[in-house]
Amino acid sequence: MAQMTMIQAITDALRTELRNDEKVLMFGEDIGVNGGVFRATEGLQKEFGEDRVFDTPLAESGIGGLAIGLALTGYRPVPEIQFFGFVFEVMDSIAGQMARMRYRSGGRYNAPITVRSPFGGGVHTPELHSDALEGLMAQSPGLKVVVPSTPYDAKGLLISSIRDNDPVIFLEHLKLYRAFRQEVPEEEYTIEIGKADVKREGTDLSIITYGAMVHESLKAAEELEKEGHSVEVVDLRTIQPLDIEAIIASVEKTGRAIVVQEAQKQAGVGAQVVAEINDRAILSLEAPVLRVAAPDTIYPFSQAEGVWLPNFKDIIETAKKVLNF
Amino acid sequence: MASKTKKAQFDVKKQFEAVAEQFQTLQVLNEEGEIVNEAAMPDLSDEQLQELMRRMVYTRILDQRSISLNRQGRLGFYAPTAGQEASQLASQFALEKEDFILLGYRDVPQLIWHGLPLSQAFLFSRGHFKGNQIPEGVNVISPQIIIGAQIIQAAGVALGMKKNGAKSVAITYTGDGGASQGDFYEGLNFAGAFKAPAIFVVQNNRFAISTPVEKQSAAQTIAQKAVAAGIPGIQVDGMDPLAVYAAVKDARERAINGEGPTLIETLTYRYGPHTMAGDDPTRYRTSDLDNEWEQKDPLVRFRKFLEKKGLWSEELENATIDQAKDDIKEAIKIADETPKQKVTDLMEIMYEDMPYHLKEQYEIYKEKESK
Repeated sequence: MAQMTMIQAITDALRTELRNDEKVLMFGEDIGVNGGVFRATEGLQKEFGEDRVFDTPLAESGIGGLAIGLALTGYRPVPEIQFFGFVFEVMDSIAGQMARMRYRSGGRYNAPITVRSPFGGGVHTPELHSDALEGLMAQSPGLKVVVPSTPYDAKGLLISSIRDNDPVIFLEHLKLYRAFRQEVPEEEYTIEIGKADVKREGTDLSIITYGAMVHESLKAAEELEKEGHSVEVVDLRTIQPLDIEAIIASVEKTGRAIVVQEAQKQAGVGAQVVAEINDRAILSLEAPVLRVAAPDTIYPFSQAEGVWLPNFKDIIETAKKVLNF
Repeated sequence: MASKTKKAQFDVKKQFEAVAEQFQTLQVLNEEGEIVNEAAMPDLSDEQLQELMRRMVYTRILDQRSISLNRQGRLGFYAPTAGQEASQLASQFALEKEDFILLGYRDVPQLIWHGLPLSQAFLFSRGHFKGNQIPEGVNVISPQIIIGAQIIQAAGVALGMKKNGAKSVAITYTGDGGASQGDFYEGLNFAGAFKAPAIFVVQNNRFAISTPVEKQSAAQTIAQKAVAAGIPGIQVDGMDPLAVYAAVKDARERAINGEGPTLIETLTYRYGPHTMAGDDPTRYRTSDLDNEWEQKDPLVRFRKFLEKKGLWSEELENATIDQAKDDIKEAIKIADETPKQKVTDLMEIMYEDMPYHLKEQYEIYKEKESK
């Protein structure tokens, strides 16, 4: 096994699938010679040729449409949107077109497309580079939405995403790209889409979260442990579809839950998780399920992001409200 | 302080004059049914000429019947096609079966002539998903509703064909309205950059619902927009089936020879409303303009041409009309017999495997729909 950062694990997954399936194509802005602005596709054009790993003109809608057309001719496209804040330029291709391909054609065509894109706050980007917009995707029927939090998960989930016969939005948190290394098998493996992972076991409170907030939640859990609280951290890994069994199993065990997301609170993934818990496990609850989320403003200009982004202290504060209810 | 007028460094007028000179309308058959451009006359056999006429007459009848079926409540969403037959059908006539068509909702006739059963076109109109279940071997995708979205997809299909080494093209249709969309420019630009075998047809019927083409762009032609993408652009008389056929045939040849995409603007007119859902063209078009365009009718001029050659007759015309009416009757019957669409049917075609929430909802709707 090798020690890999998340970006290395992603490159490894991409290389694995380029080798496995000649129909896999990668394209986007600056992903060829340059290897992508974060080097996710480093060396792939050199290894697999310009026919399979190529640069496109600078037009996100065009990239989305190109992916759809290539899918119609038998390819398995893995386009990159350079930053997910640019998704508004390609919303029709994603939510209006690829999400509906199977449905619109009565099952005649499908869109085995994996849209990869970096997102997430904490690295002082300009505007529209950091926004957590996964909720927009999760609200579009026809898509699957994957948000890994570790190098190991990133590789296994990305391979599964590329092999999936429906469109998957694969969101890579900027701050996690090089945050830490982890043992990652060099051989191929998959992690099933729609399966959560209990990143820490506990008995008093469930923190249900995903993406970079997994790490803030783990930090909060450690602090709470010192005060005698046993906290479980459930990493959703896929936010559409949710792993409802894992969520409910954890809540039934602990009887208390909070949901943590990096995105703004309004109409978010967290609200969906709370509603599912209320629908399915309300009688197991000892306290209301609360949310930790960013305030309902536009993603802040970067000088304010330190306060704006939820952190482990915010999580501890909300966790205590639920623990002491 | 008055500034001194400097001499312009760049002669804008000269530039536009040069552009205008480049984009003359290609015409082969004039309104009197006379060949006015022998050099551009496509190489079509007598049988092919007859077949093209047959398709235009058939489709005119289909349009008339569709309008009346819509008024009777027996068809749903429908965008009339009369006036655009040369533009729609002669372009499709220049294709091969392996070519892939992506188009908008007015262009159902091209799908039918490329192999979509008429009953499915009616099911599409009625809002039944079976209408969109394109049979295997028919290289089309159901009509796009978002104006212009199909144009970038066509660039993708064309690139896929190129990668597959296929000797085929992707052809996409939009209207003058669609040529204002960003996706139009992105599609042209992508296909140009990748030298992909695509044909972009813009049927300029002069109105984007109600907005006249003069108010849609400062450009004198839509064809000239090809220049910015570095691809060939041609404007043709879209009421002239022979000019349309020649232009598409030519573009197809270039595409399969690896010379990349072409933009074709067809100058045409829709006689009817935008759709049958309440549009009233008298609010934005004059009857003078309607009359002016009806004088250019593609069926009239092609009939004159074929009659002079002894290739068309009243009998052939009537036989075609009868055939169309019979086919329509049969197709409506098939559509009527198609089982009603259920919400559970739609749940089944959302994903390859149903996620947990749809499985739960499936049971609820199965119960609801069994009553």
